[in-house]
Amino acid sequence: MRLRVLLPAALAAVLAAGAVFGDQFGDAEAGEKVFGQCTGCHEIGDNARDRIGPHLNGIFGRKAAAHDGYRYSKSMQRAGKDGLIWTAETLDAYLENPRALVSKTRMSFRGVKDAQDRANLLAYMRDFSDNPADIPEAEPTARGTDHDVDPAILALEGDPEFGEYLASECLTCHQSDGSADGIPSITLWPTEDFVIAMYAYKRKLRPHPVMQMMAGRLNDEEIAALAAYFKDLE
Amino acid sequence: MTLNRRMFLGTGAAAAAVLNAPAVLAESHGKPRVVVIGGGAGGATAARYIAKDSKGAIDVTLIEPSRTYFTCFFSNLYLGGFKEIDDLGHNYGTLAAKYGINVVHDWAVDVDRDAKTVSLAGGGTLPYDKLVLSPGIDFVEGAVDGWDLSAQNAMPHAYKGGSQTELLKAQIAGMPEGGTFAMVAPPNPFRCPPGPYERVSMVAHALKASNPTAKIIVADPKGKFSKQALFQEGWANHYEGMIDWIGEDFGGGNVSVDPNAMTLTIDGEVTDVDVCNVIPAMKAGRIAEMAGVTEGNWAPVNAADMSSKADADVYVLGDASNQGDMPKSGFSANSQAKVCANAVRGALTDSKVFPAKFSNTCWSLIDTNDGVKVGATYEATEEKIAKVDGFISATGESADLRQATYEESEGWYTGITSDMFG
Repeated sequence: MRLRVLLPAALAAVLAAGAVFGDQFGDAEAGEKVFGQCTGCHEIGDNARDRIGPHLNGIFGRKAAAHDGYRYSKSMQRAGKDGLIWTAETLDAYLENPRALVSKTRMSFRGVKDAQDRANLLAYMRDFSDNPADIPEAEPTARGTDHDVDPAILALEGDPEFGEYLASECLTCHQSDGSADGIPSITLWPTEDFVIAMYAYKRKLRPHPVMQMMAGRLNDEEIAALAAYFKDLE
Repeated sequence: MTLNRRMFLGTGAAAAAVLNAPAVLAESHGKPRVVVIGGGAGGATAARYIAKDSKGAIDVTLIEPSRTYFTCFFSNLYLGGFKEIDDLGHNYGTLAAKYGINVVHDWAVDVDRDAKTVSLAGGGTLPYDKLVLSPGIDFVEGAVDGWDLSAQNAMPHAYKGGSQTELLKAQIAGMPEGGTFAMVAPPNPFRCPPGPYERVSMVAHALKASNPTAKIIVADPKGKFSKQALFQEGWANHYEGMIDWIGEDFGGGNVSVDPNAMTLTIDGEVTDVDVCNVIPAMKAGRIAEMAGVTEGNWAPVNAADMSSKADADVYVLGDASNQGDMPKSGFSANSQAKVCANAVRGALTDSKVFPAKFSNTCWSLIDTNDGVKVGATYEATEEKIAKVDGFISATGESADLRQATYEESEGWYTGITSDMFG
């Protein structure tokens, strides 16, 4: 397989064999230590309050940007409206690389790159979500899934001329001048952000059905071509 | 300026007929020439992309009678009071000024495919190397018993944007209290499959505020329609008891109208109506028929490049084409135009031709902030444009999601009209 990531079909197959994860559940105690990376901005547990970031009690099963009283970024609000729900899987992807899931999130955090660290962290955070219905046991906290896009794919040089042709399909909705009323701007993105976002749609981690469909049929070369074209479009 | 231009091109036409060697001719006259008929979602997009991407290497003429083009898409939102008529109007100034397209506001009245010329109502002919037809729809004569085009003021179709849409809105505003709005819905295939049902929703929205005891009757020759579950859920939620949809099984296809008496007869039962929106069966815009590229009501095309099956130098876009699985929509026409533009440029210059990719999404508004959508991707096969993958909004979605969908549709409107008109 060219991708280190699990593509949807592969992921489904892995989920079907859920027992595999039996011994891979995260360790909440170890996760508490990992949470040390988060405490600069987030609180969790008794008396947790919103600080730079929202407190994280009850995060599992909640819709993105749905915690009252905290002012979320526009991008996070849009993700919530599009239907992003915080599950073990989406939190895992977000913690690994926040901007893969939410392009302009205010969470300026490089991500927890180690899958086991993330599993432990999620096991810890799960202890502070009090509605068990939101945390189905069948959904393993730790999955050992690596969502990062293969560096070989990120390194692909896109053909801007091909990208210009492919981009014409995007520009029916997204505007070439970069304005963003109702539909986000996709111009002047760093190529890596663009590629990572498209893979998040391909894998249906990002929730939007039109984008899942459009990205779903683009191959590596096409995504690279689009990224190469849009990065300079003014 | 336009006149001189036309005169010059007219001279070229004579030479074209004599030489009858297009490739050589194109060179002998300098730039290759593309004529596009119809300035809507297909034609305006094709003209813009051919001109823009060829960077002046191709001479592009766009023939469109209207100086201000009112989009048919979003016209229902005008009926519902969500848009002003001016929001739907666009002109061709940018296409002429920024992209160097020769915009001719005239009717194309004939196509001579042997001589490769287009005749204009105002006189003169335009020669072409490649011709793009994107004429939209016309109505099938005699499709609704008692109705023809001469009745379109008494019983508007409002299925082409502009004055018809304004007329229908004025008639709705003038309905007596508790009056009846009737729609005669068209048979498949027709422009904008969810369009009649979004219209019913928007009319209901307007009447609910101004005339809440009014009734809406829909006579439909079909047994089912696009986004039916979503619309029917929405009608029950927002307009309970207001809308009576009479489908095929209840005689909705057996209708006649009397525009003088203002009556609608459904399956033998006569009803007095105050407004009657007759949307007859459709066919390709007439110029496609005159060009001899239609078979039956529509013009068959090759999926790979939208070229006519009757003539490799003629392309047919949008509603007028018979291409396979794509719905007849502005989005589809815009998508097809880009594939066509890429192929036309490749044929006339040495630009790369990339494989065809098509897509479509149709948004509909049911009530304030209650938007739904359906969409699909498509590919070219030997036989037709074939569906690859698709999605549709679900019933019971959250209010947030429906609002986001509506806001997205507004973004799309801005996006596609910029993509068409520059």
